[in-house]
Amino acid sequence: MPVNTDAIGKTYPPASYAVGREKVREYARAVGESNPLHLELESARAAGYEDVVAPPMFVVVYSFPAVLPALFDPEVGIDFSRMVHGGQEFEWGPLVVAGDEITTTTTIADVSERRGNGFFMFATESVNQRGETVCSGRWSNIVRGV
Amino acid sequence: MRPGDEIQPLAVTPDRYLTVRYAGASGDFNPIHIDEEFAHQVGLPGRILHGLYTMAQVARAQTDAGGGPESLKRLSVQFRGMGLPEHELVVTGTVRTADDGVAVIDCGCEQDGKRIIRNGEAELRLTADP
Repeated sequence: MPVNTDAIGKTYPPASYAVGREKVREYARAVGESNPLHLELESARAAGYEDVVAPPMFVVVYSFPAVLPALFDPEVGIDFSRMVHGGQEFEWGPLVVAGDEITTTTTIADVSERRGNGFFMFATESVNQRGETVCSGRWSNIVRGV
Repeated sequence: MRPGDEIQPLAVTPDRYLTVRYAGASGDFNPIHIDEEFAHQVGLPGRILHGLYTMAQVARAQTDAGGGPESLKRLSVQFRGMGLPEHELVVTGTVRTADDGVAVIDCGCEQDGKRIIRNGEAELRLTADP
């Protein structure tokens, strides 16, 4: 079945995520962060941040809810049983801290087919409550044998 | 940092229950990461690590090298193969360029001699500190 390129350019409704202090700590511990900026309020405040600082890769937490509708969109038509995460790129702006409200918008950047595999590229743009872009992401998924 | 310098390697062995904690922390509950039986049913050797967890280890090696989370401006990786719990991950990186306070690091992650993250490229903003 050929891939459906009609979805290229499709944008999904933005999804908001309120960054919680304990969520930042939980994530930081799970990935093995030892930098006190992510774990201790006093250290973060002493360094000039309002609250604990989210590790850069915390982007997956606040942007994932915005990516799900694209992953499950029948028009995109991804077969999960044959999907692998091919690649990932993030570009960061100002750091995210607990208390921030992040709004992420997902766009289907590209859909293509090469050698019988489907390539699905999603782009995410995450903006904080001040309108600053905190992270742009490029999510590359490969579906084998489309 | 100068071109050719290696950053401090980061070695970590995710324990048996790491994928469960990471699933909870990240919100990604795909059963291939948390359900041994399901993983076997779909032809995997067992539960596998989340690729984005492994990428987080690559990111951590960069922020450790750059002096903190504010140093990491960009990270791009390709995932190859799969990572397993209870096997050591080793992240390495080599400085490709360092100009105008920005270093570009070629980086990746190996497990059991296989490069499970390759073609990693990180951009670090360097502070005046060493």
